[in-house]
Amino acid sequence: MTVAVVQFGGSNCDRDSVRALSHLGVDAERVWHEDGLPAETTGIVLPGGFSYGDYLRAGAMAARSPIMDEVRAAAEEGTPVLGVCNGAQIGCESGLVPGAFTTNRSARFQCERVHVRVENADTPWTDAYDAGDVLELPIAHGEGRFEIAAENYDRLEREDRILLRYCDADGDVTDAANPNGSTGNVAGVLGDRESVAVMMPHPERATLPDLDGTDGQGVLRGFRR
Amino acid sequence: MTAYTATVTVRLKHGVLDPEAETTRKALERLGFELDALRSADRFEIDLDAASAEEAKASAEEMAERLLANPTIHDYEVEVEER
Repeated sequence: MTVAVVQFGGSNCDRDSVRALSHLGVDAERVWHEDGLPAETTGIVLPGGFSYGDYLRAGAMAARSPIMDEVRAAAEEGTPVLGVCNGAQIGCESGLVPGAFTTNRSARFQCERVHVRVENADTPWTDAYDAGDVLELPIAHGEGRFEIAAENYDRLEREDRILLRYCDADGDVTDAANPNGSTGNVAGVLGDRESVAVMMPHPERATLPDLDGTDGQGVLRGFRR
Repeated sequence: MTAYTATVTVRLKHGVLDPEAETTRKALERLGFELDALRSADRFEIDLDAASAEEAKASAEEMAERLLANPTIHDYEVEVEER
């Protein structure tokens, strides 16, 4: 099994993702987007970064590159897909998950550690945790505010597809603990299938023990199934 | 075929927070201007050839639907002129 970490021009978390996955014993390799998905692909990471310089909207260009047709087809067949940060923006822009990630409420790029609460622990990405667990993960984004039409948000809640919400250290979901103004403090959501997820915080930056915190390991363990 | 310029204006849907516009408004106020509100929009000017203005408009609308606008947060409008 090999997890393909899709590298676009401007991706910059692809190496980190491969290294974090390798640390967990998951075979992973970087795949240049123009080369297409390798035949042996058993999982896909859309890594963070600034693909296409965030032109037009973050993720807009990468979402319309040819490899994303392959990613969508693989996702529909059940291949696990995780989009992180810019990968989450690409996931929204390409229709893998509903909603959009847009300019932070602060209008600033924010690079900080935040707390998120596990909302649904019955997914490959979260079954290492219990519902209500509080994780400390880094964020680094300027366009992370989750926006979604009210009826689609209600549907996400009804279908238990909200994966993570920003919270304080005690797990309380408050406006003060919402770093970017996301609707419902949403930090991560599921696609139509629970094998497809996107999130703005970086689990791969909280996986290696020498990098101050390993709370993100459980998310990446979703690829070990 | 006739040469047209299609102008696509993409703006945030009413009610969607626009932090960049808000920051711009504050900067204008710091410069001493008085204003009640400020909205920003993106404008794309697309030169294309089409059989009719309707066809040019339809083509530009598809561009907006598929790339220039994000329907989750944006509304858009298209105007077409012969060039």
